[in-house]
Amino acid sequence: MASHHVVLSRGADLAGFRRAVRALLAASAVPDDVEWSAEGAGLFGSEALPDGPPVALPRAVGELISHVVCHSDPERYALLFALVWRIQMGERSLLEVASDPLVHRLALMDKAVRRDLHKMHAFLRFRRADEEAGAERFTAWFEPDHFILEAAAPFFVDRFRRMRWSILTPMGSAHWDGSELAFGPSGRRADAPPTDAFEASWRGYYESTFNPARLNPAAMRGEMPRKYWRNMPETAAIPALIRSASSRVEDMLQREAAMPTKRDPQKAVAAMANQDPETLDALNRIIAAAEPFVHGGTRAVLGEGPVGAPLAFVGEQPGDQEDVQGRPFVGPAGQLLDRAMAEAGVDRSRSYVTNAVKHFKFEQRGKRRLHQTPTAGEVKHYRWWLIRELEFVQPRLVVALGATAVLALAGKALPIGRSRGSAQFLDGFAGFITVHPSYLLRLPDEAAKREAYAAFVADLVQIHALAASGDGRTLSAAE
Amino acid sequence: MDTSLTVKLRILADAAKYDASCASSGAPKRAAGREGLGSTTGAGICHAYTPDGRCVSLLKILMTNVCLFDCAYCINRRSSNVRRARFSVDEIVNVTVEFYKRNYIEGLFLSSGIIRSPDYTMEQMMLVAKRLRRDEGFAGYIHLKTIPEASPWLIEQAGLWADRLSVNVELPSSQSLRRLAPEKDSASIRTAMGQMSERISEAKAERRRFAPAGQSTQIIVGADDTTDEGVLAMSAGLYDGFRLNRVYYSAFSPIPAASPVLPIKPPQLIRENRLYQADWLLRHYGFTVPEIVAGGAGGMLDLEIDPKLAWALKHRERYPVDVNSAERELLLRVPGLGKRAVDRIVAARRWTTLRLADVARLTAGLKRARPFLIAADHRPVGLTDRLDLRARLVTPPRQLSLF
Ligand code: SF4
Repeated sequence: MASHHVVLSRGADLAGFRRAVRALLAASAVPDDVEWSAEGAGLFGSEALPDGPPVALPRAVGELISHVVCHSDPERYALLFALVWRIQMGERSLLEVASDPLVHRLALMDKAVRRDLHKMHAFLRFRRADEEAGAERFTAWFEPDHFILEAAAPFFVDRFRRMRWSILTPMGSAHWDGSELAFGPSGRRADAPPTDAFEASWRGYYESTFNPARLNPAAMRGEMPRKYWRNMPETAAIPALIRSASSRVEDMLQREAAMPTKRDPQKAVAAMANQDPETLDALNRIIAAAEPFVHGGTRAVLGEGPVGAPLAFVGEQPGDQEDVQGRPFVGPAGQLLDRAMAEAGVDRSRSYVTNAVKHFKFEQRGKRRLHQTPTAGEVKHYRWWLIRELEFVQPRLVVALGATAVLALAGKALPIGRSRGSAQFLDGFAGFITVHPSYLLRLPDEAAKREAYAAFVADLVQIHALAASGDGRTLSAAE
Repeated sequence: MDTSLTVKLRILADAAKYDASCASSGAPKRAAGREGLGSTTGAGICHAYTPDGRCVSLLKILMTNVCLFDCAYCINRRSSNVRRARFSVDEIVNVTVEFYKRNYIEGLFLSSGIIRSPDYTMEQMMLVAKRLRRDEGFAGYIHLKTIPEASPWLIEQAGLWADRLSVNVELPSSQSLRRLAPEKDSASIRTAMGQMSERISEAKAERRRFAPAGQSTQIIVGADDTTDEGVLAMSAGLYDGFRLNRVYYSAFSPIPAASPVLPIKPPQLIRENRLYQADWLLRHYGFTVPEIVAGGAGGMLDLEIDPKLAWALKHRERYPVDVNSAERELLLRVPGLGKRAVDRIVAARRWTTLRLADVARLTAGLKRARPFLIAADHRPVGLTDRLDLRARLVTPPRQLSLF
């Protein structure tokens, strides 16, 4: 005779079961001594066992329990307690022994509950019935096999957070008001709206997406058993789809291949090939309208300077000032570049100035916008635009200012120190590698700054000479 | 929903249904923000099944079935007499959101015929995804079919919004592509796939969001005479070269307005199924293409039995293997034992010695596995040598087609 009688409340009483397990283990009860009933009003036990200390169980066991308590089998608590008891008696790895009859049976129950949860997430259909205030409200009626409503609800919260909805089942209801989830008493099918304005088009979609040449109703029923059909509006179409499938296929197989009734749109087909932007302006419109590939950047800062400029300078990305003004190289680094160019005799107004990355990547820190270096992947997102841009400008020499520009133009990272000077870039551009002017600004010591600045000006002098002598490949191609 | 829209939806769903690469898997888990709508769960959910047994997960539609290309296998080619329709960007956004709110779908699978130019078409599709994300706060799944002929920047942009990008290679050889899809070009398809593959892995490494569910493709089977070996070799190359998440195989299916250059015949559904099984062996069971194909004859898989069983029957000398001691790799080659079953066996045998009844609780495929296994109380005496073993293991094919 059982010496303990545990009464848990109807449904998935995880809290009650946990309390019972603690108390029973504390009282050294063995599985055979316990009789479980799951139809109580919610109070624990007809006999008052003193509460026991928490029981440590492997995580996987906890997960298994949380699912199996949802199962409709009245034996579920007895089976789970037998499992917990054996684990406590030393079989710590019991769950790994999937061949054990008890573990096997619990695994099947676990699977059944998971499947029920999955099918509820999949097959539940909301219908809209607005409240008087005009606020959208959705209601669904669903009949699960197991006590899964509470376990299923968080999925719907995650997914339909901004909606207001209710899910009614024969075993309770769940309600979401946009901020809180509440559970209530069972509902009835009649409490949900009888139809929805989108059901006809949904059924139309369902019918059209079916391919009669692949008819396989058994496979369909395996995944979507009939018991679900009555709460799914599209399934009304199934009998007719199955019935007409063979004649539809027969018809397709019999029908001769038809000659086209429309004339061949030759002109349109030919015109399709000319889709590339035809001018730098057209390209710039595309860049300006596109989404930044980096976070930050309120607008695209486009290149500036005449098409056909002998020199194109490519920097890293616009900075704070550039982003505000919408023009490249107008901040502190730009001013330094201007000065150096002037000293080297390079006319900025006759040069083309742009950036590898067209948006200001930054992180907001209070009121400050902190520059962040674009990653290699981000630079590549912009690369196609940069190359098209340079192809429109056709400079004699492309100057990479700093590491990011080198990455974009050479296709790989190169150490500036050692690669400084003439270079061959990808896509046939004759190039020159030097530092970015912001590097000069960052040098802490004045002497080093002066020296680096002089070297930068010397580079610009050399660049100027190279462009004037015209030994770039693009130039020879143009001549 | 108004009736003209419903009619368009029918036309554009009908036009999209031959694309099988529409699972909603692979996206990282995410939930809707406060004012957002939608979530992704990792594996994806099938919200219904049609009587062909196929899963309805994403709203699979074309933006338009008007097309300037003339791919012989496609119902939407310009020379087809099919009825045409076109959705606006807003209409697609609206249908997607309203269907989603009713829990009909996991998200959107958008493809399109090519109108005006590949760039124009791709940009419109990209705008649909952008509007869903930006204006609707949509966090559900979006799969965009990319048009390989479109400019690279459009792919770069599309990846910001989509969970998955894909280009269908469609035909398993470039000769077939040239013959049957004259406007397409396998070089541009490969370039686009390469670009996507690079961006996807860079973004993953840099923890940025760019098509986080990766890239897939579809190969049509039975429209040309490429062998299974050819198809699988192509898949293996795609998995290696572009780190594809999935290759989908789609048996060429008769279409209502067929082209004269292609045979009109029932789809080769069993062949398609065998290719999926072979693909699985390739990706998860350590098989190579030559090994898989060796199970059949003439470069074709055996249609009567699955490719793993076919391989095992031709390599009987390697069996039986002992469930209680064989290495994982060997167990994976036992017909009837799936990856999960092998994992369970390996875990369980650390604690216990497995008998046949135990194995029965670990796999649903014991009937097929039995002749190849040794268990504590079981040894298949001479069974692997029996000539009729094959006949005993062939299950009559399930009714897969009408004919
Ligand atoms: S491009 Fe080819 S496959 Fe795509 S819709 Fe047009 S005809 Fe069909």
